[in-house]
Amino acid sequence: MKIKQLSIFVENKPGHLAAPIRLLAAEGVDLRALFLADAREYGVLRMIVSDCERALERLTSQGFVARLADVLAIKVTDHPGGLAGVLAALDATGIDIDYMYAFPCRNADQAVLLFSFADVEAAIARLQAAGINPIASDELLKL
Amino acid sequence: MIAELETSMTDCNEVSAPDYRPLDELRALQLERLRQIVTRSYQNVPLFRQRMVERGLTPDVIRTLDDIARLPFTVKADLRDNYPFGLFASPMSEVVRLHASSGTTGKPIVVAYTQEDIATWTSVVGRALAGCGLHRGDVIQVSYGYGLFTGGLGAHYGAEGIGATVVPTSGGHADRQIMLMKDFGVTALCCTPSYFIHLIERAAEMGIDMKELPIRAGVFGAEPWTDEMRRHIEQGANIEAFDIYGLSEIIGPGVGCECRRHTGLHIFEDHFYPEIIDPETGEVLPEGAEGELVLTTLSKQAMPMIRYRTRDITCILPGRCGCGRTMRRIGRIGRRSDDMLILRGVNVFPSQIETALLQVEGALPHYQIVLTRSQGLDQMEVQVEVTPNMFNDRMGALQTVHARLQAALDRVLGIRVRVALVEAHSIERSEGKAKRVIDRRNQ
Repeated sequence: MKIKQLSIFVENKPGHLAAPIRLLAAEGVDLRALFLADAREYGVLRMIVSDCERALERLTSQGFVARLADVLAIKVTDHPGGLAGVLAALDATGIDIDYMYAFPCRNADQAVLLFSFADVEAAIARLQAAGINPIASDELLKL
Repeated sequence: MIAELETSMTDCNEVSAPDYRPLDELRALQLERLRQIVTRSYQNVPLFRQRMVERGLTPDVIRTLDDIARLPFTVKADLRDNYPFGLFASPMSEVVRLHASSGTTGKPIVVAYTQEDIATWTSVVGRALAGCGLHRGDVIQVSYGYGLFTGGLGAHYGAEGIGATVVPTSGGHADRQIMLMKDFGVTALCCTPSYFIHLIERAAEMGIDMKELPIRAGVFGAEPWTDEMRRHIEQGANIEAFDIYGLSEIIGPGVGCECRRHTGLHIFEDHFYPEIIDPETGEVLPEGAEGELVLTTLSKQAMPMIRYRTRDITCILPGRCGCGRTMRRIGRIGRRSDDMLILRGVNVFPSQIETALLQVEGALPHYQIVLTRSQGLDQMEVQVEVTPNMFNDRMGALQTVHARLQAALDRVLGIRVRVALVEAHSIERSEGKAKRVIDRRNQ
């Protein structure tokens, strides 16, 4: 139910985003979702990829600072109000969201919301109690 | 039982015998050698003779060891000014080896050795290694650069001299260094402390835990390093880390070294006579007082150095070491009198920055200081490489680490400097000494 997200430290300088992406491309790693959070001089590149363990190992062996973190993926219908509905349910549970991002699915009228919670286990329990089931990794990669 | 046996073996290493020479014998030997070296320099080195004549002195001024204070100093500029062979006391036909400094500005510094000097050097490095508990049967990897730099060949001869198996990897090629450490069952490594930290990091990236390897000791020198760095190395590789001291002008590595007590560095003073002076006035300071280390080579033939000013700030530690050696000890060298940076009127030493960075959990000492000048005001930026420990996918957590580094530096330095988090391996690593300070103030 938890999804492994790959995160990479990048400096905010020309060419620095391309280097890890190029490495992953050479490895044949598929990027399913990507989000760049930036402070002024550096950023965190967050990604959902096809083979996160191999991607992490390759990046680390090439000297990149990277890590895997658990996030939750929630599927919603891709129309106005889809996200609002989920957020309303989340608000009702009182769970703190660290950050989130989203991507549309390729072939369906659906989108995936990715959430990072301070306490992922508690978040799963409360989401399920609210009738929301985060999707598993293999389902996410097929969407 | 085995542990006890090993301890007694190392303590009884026969190459260490001169370290325990009775004090009265040692002082008599030093006096005799001092007289000889002053006479030799007076007769063969024009610069030294001229300085003696200017002061109305002749070699027979030396009646006791304290009379050394009457002799003129030698400084680094003297070596540059007399480049290449002007300070040699032996004819070239007796010189079997030349070494030279990297010479970052202008001409390098050249040093020379006779066959006897090489034997002296081999013996002092051997005594240093023996003091670290190393002996025949150890496999010692020498990762100091081989070549004009004295580190590689100095450590190599010393290690061979005690009958250890030497792996002469020289510097660079970290992956190969780590592979050989593992495959050859290396038990000790000689290199700069910053390079060893790089090896620990690189091994982790290769999926090798340095703590699992047979290495049990590291002999680190050629640059100042802090106690925090020592703890980091010892914990990161599960080894005992020793501080070895030396400089090319005197002989190379092996002027002094820690023993297993780790309470200062024993100077092999049957060959190198230490004094501590006030760097401003040149006055000799009493035991225990901090000042600039001045060394006189007592037995060097090809290129004797009389009262050479090392620029290294330390003190002669009072009292006798628990190990029983009669060789006096100096404190670990934290700074040099010339590596001090003056920033907006405040004195800053790179070692203070190291201490501050290491106080923050997870910060490895891979950093660089960049000095710039903006509208007439000096600015300092400390670039710190992000480590896996510091990194977090949550921006807030990353910024907290950043703020803690900033706070630790502000506290230690007492002035505001800028901290920049940079990518791993983005700061250039030299194979030998780490280049910690980039000064762009006059560009």
